[in-house]
Amino acid sequence: MALAKRIIPCLDIDNGRVVKGVQFVDICDAGDPVEVARRYDAQGADEITFLDITASSDGRDTLLHVVEQVAGEVFIPLTVGGGIRRIEDIPRILKAGADKVSINTTAVHNPDFIRQASDHFGNQCIVVAIDAKRVEAGSGDRWEIYTHGGRNPTGIDAIEWSVRMADLGAGELLVTSMDRDGTKNGFDLALMKQITRSVPVPVIASGGVGSLDHLVEGVLEGGADAVLAASIFHYGEFTVGQAKSHMAERGIEIRM
Amino acid sequence: MARTVIVDLGTGNLHSVYKAVAYISGESSVCITSRPSEIQSADYLILPGQGAIGAWINQMENNPGLKEAITRRLDAGPVLGVCLGLQALYHSSEENGGVTGLGILAGHVKHFSGHPAHREAAEGKDTLKIPHMGWNRVRQKAEHPLWHGINDEERFYFVHSYYVESGNAGQVYGECRYGNRFTAVAGHGNLFATQFHPEKSQQAGLRLIRNFLSWNGKP
Repeated sequence: MALAKRIIPCLDIDNGRVVKGVQFVDICDAGDPVEVARRYDAQGADEITFLDITASSDGRDTLLHVVEQVAGEVFIPLTVGGGIRRIEDIPRILKAGADKVSINTTAVHNPDFIRQASDHFGNQCIVVAIDAKRVEAGSGDRWEIYTHGGRNPTGIDAIEWSVRMADLGAGELLVTSMDRDGTKNGFDLALMKQITRSVPVPVIASGGVGSLDHLVEGVLEGGADAVLAASIFHYGEFTVGQAKSHMAERGIEIRM
Repeated sequence: MARTVIVDLGTGNLHSVYKAVAYISGESSVCITSRPSEIQSADYLILPGQGAIGAWINQMENNPGLKEAITRRLDAGPVLGVCLGLQALYHSSEENGGVTGLGILAGHVKHFSGHPAHREAAEGKDTLKIPHMGWNRVRQKAEHPLWHGINDEERFYFVHSYYVESGNAGQVYGECRYGNRFTAVAGHGNLFATQFHPEKSQQAGLRLIRNFLSWNGKP
């Protein structure tokens, strides 16, 4: 199979700056988003994801302005997520030059939103972001969905939820392990494996990347179609190019 | 100045296509429109599309004079189709319960789940995820001015759940493999259409658009 596994740097944006939190809190600054996006593009990123973690509407307009600038000079797929509540929010984001939108909390409150969004804009542009946390549940692994940037538990089973979202029209799932996010301990591979086996759509693994081997594991063991990472790239530990070379050496099909 | 017109049929990737053309030839050279007069007088016509083909074709048919303008313009002068802009050139598509296309190229549009490789996958081998989403290799099947400076087997960005099964090998300019081989690029004469998104395929994609914007419309 010649389809390449994708490497997707993720930019968490707060008031027009790239930030990175550890387990969804402890935010620190990592630069100007346009410059950062430009750098990742030059390094060979396969896509770029912007997650809007700003609560204010001013911050949201700033993000759209960032996307517009990036889309004018970076010609790879761009995804924007965070704060999408109404169908009308989606064309604004696409018009700024994004190719996909990533929806999380709104899908939990109103699952039919995913069907409507997919009917309107096609499932190729609807990504459902799933924040899952491992819960104690007697025998066997179990994960639950959290919303609002990981603050609110919902009681929903993560695997069932993934299947339902794909059924309703998600073209892709972005699965983040909240236990691993920002820890640099690697993906929650059991979670990834269960979800990638259960759904017919591509899955992006996220949360916990601290080394290049973690990216390899996400694909080879987790079964992910794409891997998303933030801090290993933001602070210059590794370039996207190094990540790609490493994955290619381990026999993974990569766009070099 | 040569004018590039991007046909607006209400789907998602218009702005990405616009930005790529503007990057190459400047904002003043390009517009997004559904006005028949502008479409017919375009020096370079781009027919992009993404999402559901049914809604796309309806948009074309329900807009007075639009389908006629597009069909007439497809007869002469350089045209670049992208994604649905490739699929709509065929006789029919399985999407949305069966849709009749423009019937300019020979062949049909089918869903990946009906693909023999997908049926095998469902029986326990590696699963073929749908949509086919990401960077895949394109094998060039014919010499063409739009391939200038682009390596054979170069990777381009794809995102689609339906694929073209061509009924005329002479109209196929490029193939891709996802499970089995399918038609990734097709056309004839002044027409060149890609299943992948050149506007999202970084350097190789920009090169293809640049080639298009200096093409005289002859194969």
